[in-house]
Amino acid sequence: MSSSANHEHYYVPAQSRLPIWMAFAMFLTVFGLGSMMRDMSNGATDSNAQWFFIAGFAVLAFVLYSWFSEVIRENHAGLNSPQLKQSYVWGMGWFIFSEVMFFAAFFGALFYVRNLVGPWLGGEGAKGVSNYLYPGFEFSWPLLNNPDNALFQAPEEVIHAFGLPLINTIILVISSITLTIAHHALRAEHRTQLKVWLGITILLGIAFLILQAEEYIEAYTHLGLTLESGIYGSTFFMLTGFHGAHVTIGTLMLIVQFVRALRGHFKPDDHFGFEASAWYWHFVDVVWLCLFVLVYWI
Amino acid sequence: MTTTTHDHDHDHAHHGPAKGITRWLYTTNHKDIGTMYLWFSFAMFLLGGSFAMVIRAELFQPGLQLVQPEFFNQMTTMHGLIMVFGAVMPAFVGLANWMIPMMVGAPDMALPRMNNLSFWILPFAFAMLASTLFMDGGAPNFGWTFYAPLSTTYAPDSVTFFIFAVHIMGASSIMGAINIIATILNMRAPGMTLMKMPLFVWTWLITAYLLIAVMPVLAGVVTMMLMDIHFGTAFFNAAGGGSPVLFQHVFWFFGHPEVYIMILPAFGIVSAIIPAFARKQLFGYSSMVYATASIAFLSFIVWAHHMFTVGIPFLGEAFFMWSTMLIAVPTGVKVFNWVTTMFRGSMTFETPMLFAVCFVVLFTIGGFSGLMLAVAPADFQYHDTYFVVAHFHYVLVPGAVFSIMAAVYYWLPKWSGKMYNETLGKVHFWLSFIGVNVLFFPQHFLGLAGMPRRIPDYALQFADFNMISSMGGFLFGASQLLFLYIVVNTVVAGKPAPAKPWDGAEGLEWTVDSPAPYHTFSTPPKID
Repeated sequence: MSSSANHEHYYVPAQSRLPIWMAFAMFLTVFGLGSMMRDMSNGATDSNAQWFFIAGFAVLAFVLYSWFSEVIRENHAGLNSPQLKQSYVWGMGWFIFSEVMFFAAFFGALFYVRNLVGPWLGGEGAKGVSNYLYPGFEFSWPLLNNPDNALFQAPEEVIHAFGLPLINTIILVISSITLTIAHHALRAEHRTQLKVWLGITILLGIAFLILQAEEYIEAYTHLGLTLESGIYGSTFFMLTGFHGAHVTIGTLMLIVQFVRALRGHFKPDDHFGFEASAWYWHFVDVVWLCLFVLVYWI
Repeated sequence: MTTTTHDHDHDHAHHGPAKGITRWLYTTNHKDIGTMYLWFSFAMFLLGGSFAMVIRAELFQPGLQLVQPEFFNQMTTMHGLIMVFGAVMPAFVGLANWMIPMMVGAPDMALPRMNNLSFWILPFAFAMLASTLFMDGGAPNFGWTFYAPLSTTYAPDSVTFFIFAVHIMGASSIMGAINIIATILNMRAPGMTLMKMPLFVWTWLITAYLLIAVMPVLAGVVTMMLMDIHFGTAFFNAAGGGSPVLFQHVFWFFGHPEVYIMILPAFGIVSAIIPAFARKQLFGYSSMVYATASIAFLSFIVWAHHMFTVGIPFLGEAFFMWSTMLIAVPTGVKVFNWVTTMFRGSMTFETPMLFAVCFVVLFTIGGFSGLMLAVAPADFQYHDTYFVVAHFHYVLVPGAVFSIMAAVYYWLPKWSGKMYNETLGKVHFWLSFIGVNVLFFPQHFLGLAGMPRRIPDYALQFADFNMISSMGGFLFGASQLLFLYIVVNTVVAGKPAPAKPWDGAEGLEWTVDSPAPYHTFSTPPKID
């Protein structure tokens, strides 16, 4: 294999059962989720939609496990040429770009309601005429007073930046540093250091998630800040919630890399599974910094 | 390790397709997957087309004839969604699958298993979408643009399944696009520099970039809808500080690049076919590349031209008007390049060339009506009328769809190893050409006279043009059954085709046998 030129013997797997099962699992998962939501909103008590969701999710998890195992086995068997490895690199890079654009949609929504819609509803600016819809409404951010408080009960208070969010910022920034230390250890073949620093990164990720849950409980039980409390709650929970979901996925990815490190996987010059997870982790970290500044702070 | 590798290569060089149905279910072969995409797309084209026939039948005469307004709305919505996401996009992905690896001298797509996943998501997603027709409350009825609050507060129950169908077909598009980018950037044969790539490859590279940039935004906007519907958020509800206009901004930030996703690959196809039948090199290759990139860039800063009448600030109207008009510059570069390619060429008019020339003319008409719509003050008159319907159908049907048909006639000999019947192909072209113009040209007049879109009934003064338009519609619809017959007849009983059936054609795909062997370029060709 090593003697072959860069462009020869690109490994094309002959056939695979994984993709169609994955497509089926995705279908089952979203069909179950959709049915659950429909039944929930219609107040149906005899719904059994959750079983579709659970079954779909179980198949999805199993297929993903098999798929990644297969790819790792192929790499260990020496089937992956440098060119093929480059395909995975491009794939992960563009996947992260798509995630950036997903968050961009929600950040864009936040920008639009905060800087344009809000002032207009409050009677200022080019479209201030919309204030006629809600006479007497005054706009402020955070929005502690909704245009129609009967429909959307406004929060009493919001989460301030320099409490838990600041601690969470410090945690995530440190976790990016510890992960980089682990990466350097991997390159230098210091296996123990790799495991220790990767383990610390995972613990920091979990700590972040616990604090985030703490913050949500505080918001729901003491501040009246909920998904239903108007556009502030909508943007706050959707942005931080999707970020939290991504931290969860990132932590799972790092746990997989940790288990692989324990099993002796990764070579100093061949560890893209680790590298891809690290990219994802840094991406999640950068999103958090944007959240800290744009959602919590200013 | 060495032994394993050796055995594998040995197998690889000799094995053909697997036997039976598992060939298609478990395949990783870009040609099989391309074929499945193309047939799936054609099935969706007929399904979406049958909805269009219901629309045109209802509009044949004023008054309510066949269907109730509720069902009519479901037909317009499902027609749009299925044609955009089920017919046009998968057809281009199918062409990309078949042609890009062969055009750049690659053994397959970069990530073959993910490629099959991208395809198989689609039948599930569209089965779920089509099943909404049979649900309580009916299918989505809010138009393919699904504006809030029609699609949130006032939506039927089935909207939730529409949202999740969009989610997974979006995942399919993103994975397909990642695969195409990785293939183009990583799998080119030695010597195939970026500026030597066929334009179809270039246009797809840029299209894939657009897809990865905007499909997640679509996922974002349907997620906001989902949360507004089921979890009480206020994204599109001014009572909670949100705005229905927010929906339109996020949707069209996706939607405008989306319309270029449906036309850039068409530019690539036409740029392959016109030089082949004019027997001249494409005029201005590098300007074509730069024009495509400029169009892609501009597509991100023009979205609010869909929203001139919604009440955006004056400065916004002006900015989006001028930025939209700028698009005419790179598009004009392309049209003039195609015309210049034909100038003094030794032209012949086989079926692919007929469709390609027709594309240049009729797409340009659609482009001009787009320029008219870009004029913000004038748009207050045209907005939501049949003029808009005529405009985007001119760019999508004799634009995108004709380019796909041109591509099928052009590359079918390569795919199947058989030649289609030229006479029947020409008959199909002329019937489609006449049908499409009779169908859509009168809609310009209807729109200018003030007939609104998305209505099942209309005032009496619109009757004549509607009847003409419907007759064109039936002719166009029926001619596509002839297309189906021609393709099936070619595959089953066509005469054998040579490796290079078009003497002016260029590109690596013509250096391999017809039909193309199951595996091509397992060893990369050398490009000078």
